Amino acid sequence: MSVAVVNAGPKRGWKSVSTWIGAVIVGLAVFCALAAPWIVPYDPFAQDLGKRLVVPFWMTGGSSEHLLGTDQLGRDYLSRLIWGCRISILIGVTVTIVSGLIGITIGVLGGFLGGRVDDAVLFAITTRLSIPVVLVALAVVGLLGSSMTLLVLTLGLLLWDRFAVVARSTTMQVRNLDFVAAAWCAGCSRFRILSREVLPNIASHLVVVATLEVALAILLEAALSFLGLGVPPPLPSWGLMIAEAKDYMFFSPWVIVIPGVALFVLVLGINLLGDGLRDLFGARTDT
Amino acid sequence: MLSFLTRRLIVAFLVAATVMTLAFILTRLSGDLATSIAGPNATQADIDAIRKAYGLDRPVLTQFFDWVGRALTGDLGESYFFKARVSALIAERMPVTLTLGLTGLVIALVVSLPLGILAAVRENTALDRCVQLVALLGQAMPSFWLGLILMITLGLQLGWLPISGTGSWQHFVMPGIVLAFSAIPALTRLTRAGMIQAMGSDYIRTARAKGLSRASILLKHALRNAAIPVVAIAAVQLGFMLGGSIVIEQVFALHGVGYLAWESIGKNDFPVVQAVVLVLAVIYVALTMLADLMNAVLDPRLRGP
Repeated sequence: MSVAVVNAGPKRGWKSVSTWIGAVIVGLAVFCALAAPWIVPYDPFAQDLGKRLVVPFWMTGGSSEHLLGTDQLGRDYLSRLIWGCRISILIGVTVTIVSGLIGITIGVLGGFLGGRVDDAVLFAITTRLSIPVVLVALAVVGLLGSSMTLLVLTLGLLLWDRFAVVARSTTMQVRNLDFVAAAWCAGCSRFRILSREVLPNIASHLVVVATLEVALAILLEAALSFLGLGVPPPLPSWGLMIAEAKDYMFFSPWVIVIPGVALFVLVLGINLLGDGLRDLFGARTDT
Repeated sequence: MLSFLTRRLIVAFLVAATVMTLAFILTRLSGDLATSIAGPNATQADIDAIRKAYGLDRPVLTQFFDWVGRALTGDLGESYFFKARVSALIAERMPVTLTLGLTGLVIALVVSLPLGILAAVRENTALDRCVQLVALLGQAMPSFWLGLILMITLGLQLGWLPISGTGSWQHFVMPGIVLAFSAIPALTRLTRAGMIQAMGSDYIRTARAKGLSRASILLKHALRNAAIPVVAIAAVQLGFMLGGSIVIEQVFALHGVGYLAWESIGKNDFPVVQAVVLVLAVIYVALTMLADLMNAVLDPRLRGP
């Protein structure tokens, strides 16, 4: 059984175009992430100090040997960019799974049970919002040492707020609808109602939140890695690539432009796709 | 109104207490603090001396209540690295962070209010779509990278603005622009949505029927109502910006509170780290309360029974 909690607005032509652009960008990024080991032209970790800071092919002195040039240690930039895409997607998805599990559980319970439980949930959301995310994530990684697992867990534990807010408000709307009352009358258990009646009907909203969270997690990972407290080197995270190239940016700006544009385009693509899905489902994600 | 205030105050107090506990736990995550402060080459005697000097040999609960008790009187402890009072350190760095945050907020409002109004007035036209595109682009922009790009273009190539430091007001322009980017999408969307809703309401139809000018309807009637949530969210956004300014302070070498926290994390100076987390959280809580109050004062409908 399925109902739209909020009616979908009129679908506009340009919206579907931008959704397709988003879908193509995300599709390409996911392909790069999955196929990275097979499509990289060079080993992204192999240094060649004789070929440091080779310029990309479109600049004078560039060649087709290294399409996007090489970094300050002579590593192929295109290979590192593709490998970095793998890291961004991996972190974005895993952080969203962790934060989604936490946020959806808290939000659905609060919205469904109401009363004291809901007060506690609201309090948890308020407290979470008052905690400065970047600072706390930096402190945790700084104190415990940088690793991918720690980074994912830390960001997952910090970014569940939007999931909780949306899961809570949509559950509250669904809870009072007729088919839930019918399920109660039919003698369904609380768990069955939650899993079979409530969750499927709020799922579309949660998918939209998930896209926004993937984008946010990717941006945060890049910022943390840029500050040296995210993904540990020599892994080619885009944030880390920008940090390592920073010393050369005034003489060869392309070293920071390339990973930055990649980051920007990927996040933009995910957001475009998310916006398109929101219109498609008629979902609300404003908090 | 009074019960509304009391309830908000109690919640704010509880949130602050929870954050305090979390900040304390956070700095104890690394296990033995004395060992990490002493460094890799310390002897057991050094570690014991540090443990005793900083009171780390006491039970954890005693340390916790000692910290809470002192923090309530405004004493946030002493920095291990700077050998100074933490409260003095934060007070010294806070003006830079506040200046940066307020600059960012002003720039964000100056950009997003007109954009939001324009988009609402020309709803579903090319102009509206452009404004929404700007909001999307702003949302996807990695702030630290935008900072570096501005440093290369505005700073180095055009030479319009100083690249780093805090010497003059010009030093705050680039970081302010970068910080504003994080708030512009939300503020623009909210202004647009609020204006569209207000323009469709009965009192606007009445104002039209009275024959008021378009500018008067837009600015005096519609904007006044649309601005209520925007003003409130602006306060909340300022809280987020102060918390998020750590990255931008690092990029532009602005020695504010975020920079202090970043330095202290690198040096295991945990009294400073837990204090900055607490101070930023308290400022955020205060700003959200201010937002709720402004909402209630500006819009009597929200005060409730």
